[in-house]
Amino acid sequence: MCLGIPGRIEKIDDFDWNLATVDVGGVKRQVNIACVVSDEHPASSCVGNWVLIHVGFAMSRIDETEAAETLRILTELGEAQAELEAMRLSAD
Amino acid sequence: MRYVDEFRDSAKASILVREIEALVATMDIPDERPLNIMEVCGGHTHSIFRYGVEGMLPKQIELVHGPGCPVCVLPMGRVDDCVAIAEQKHVIFTTFGDAMRVPGSRKSLLQAKADGADVRMVYSPIDALALARANPTREVVFFGLGFETTMPSTALTILQAEKDDVTNFSVFCNHITIVPTIKAILDSPDLKLDGFLGPGHVSMVIGTAPYEFIARFYRKPMVIAGFEPLDILQSIWMVLKQIKEGRVEIENQYARVVPEGGNSAALRAVARVYELREFFEWRGLGSIDHSGVRLRDAYARFDAERKFAIPNLRIADPKSCQCGEVLKGVIKPWQCKVFGTACTPERPLGALMVSSEGACAAYYQYGGVKRHEAAE
Repeated sequence: MCLGIPGRIEKIDDFDWNLATVDVGGVKRQVNIACVVSDEHPASSCVGNWVLIHVGFAMSRIDETEAAETLRILTELGEAQAELEAMRLSAD
Repeated sequence: MRYVDEFRDSAKASILVREIEALVATMDIPDERPLNIMEVCGGHTHSIFRYGVEGMLPKQIELVHGPGCPVCVLPMGRVDDCVAIAEQKHVIFTTFGDAMRVPGSRKSLLQAKADGADVRMVYSPIDALALARANPTREVVFFGLGFETTMPSTALTILQAEKDDVTNFSVFCNHITIVPTIKAILDSPDLKLDGFLGPGHVSMVIGTAPYEFIARFYRKPMVIAGFEPLDILQSIWMVLKQIKEGRVEIENQYARVVPEGGNSAALRAVARVYELREFFEWRGLGSIDHSGVRLRDAYARFDAERKFAIPNLRIADPKSCQCGEVLKGVIKPWQCKVFGTACTPERPLGALMVSSEGACAAYYQYGGVKRHEAAE
């Protein structure tokens, strides 16, 4: 929960509530993007962006290289698997 | 340096290790008083053990594994409170999976679930709110847990519940805050620290300014670090460089994720929803002033502490446990009397064995084998 996991914003589901669908290692999940949206970065500009997601909230924009690198280390630490498993269980 | 081969970029790691060795060689550090550098964050602790970073460092550098695992520092009394709420018939108690096995004085949440309480693991507080909407006749309680990294997500969920007027959702707030904790560590008389690796994702939320007091008033250097082993090695080198040059600064090695000013939307939500508690109880460390937050009066109806009668008792840590001394770096995990015997990841006695980000579980899993064996 503390290390988060990188995901790519696929589409904006709700502009009023800043909800978006992200792809996290092949798992699709709705997350809240309020913390990465601002006047300079409106929600409409976020599609395709990589973000670091903590417990269902995008907390930081990262670039694609950083995303890949972070996913690799999280996998080696076993944290990525735990995070994806938690997402799957929670979706049921 | 057997571990270096495991690095994706082992050449870079070797260079960093050599630079650290070269720097240490110029610093005239006595063997009996190595430099103590604390990594505050449990994520760093996990990475340090997984990649055997300690074994790569010269013997004049000791890494002290700090209290930055929110699951590990959860006191037994608060777990008992969770169980008491969860055992009420109309309640669905939701929690991050990490907290399920933390021992309370009677039972863990996992045991409460086995005994019939409706305890459900959720990935996100939003999922707990969704459960509340789907179960209007039940009370859904979310176990809010974590430092500033997860504090905004709980706050934003409460704001959402307020807007949607969801009346059967509440939060049992156990969020804790990093700065008073670091201050308590710095004020601890039995600790001799020479510098810090600062937490990455807490800093992503709060920025770098809140740490300035560490440099200004305690004259200790801090480098905010990423989680890659290369990040950690580079950050250790940056701390050493400061010490060598007589500088004390808050430096940011993890600028690719941590903006100087933090995350303003997250900080706004945090400021709106929470206020500081006078004190908060930590497993192993005791009570630390202003180290926890609770919901402001304006959000009282979402506060499980006000909604439910909870025992709210202080429960002393088990006597045989030395989690506190490990947390403060006074002893190493394997020096605890019950490490690996009465206390294992499968049957944790102390909190540091519960989460893979706890120093003891990380040590148990990956072995700080070389040092452990050398000491016996």
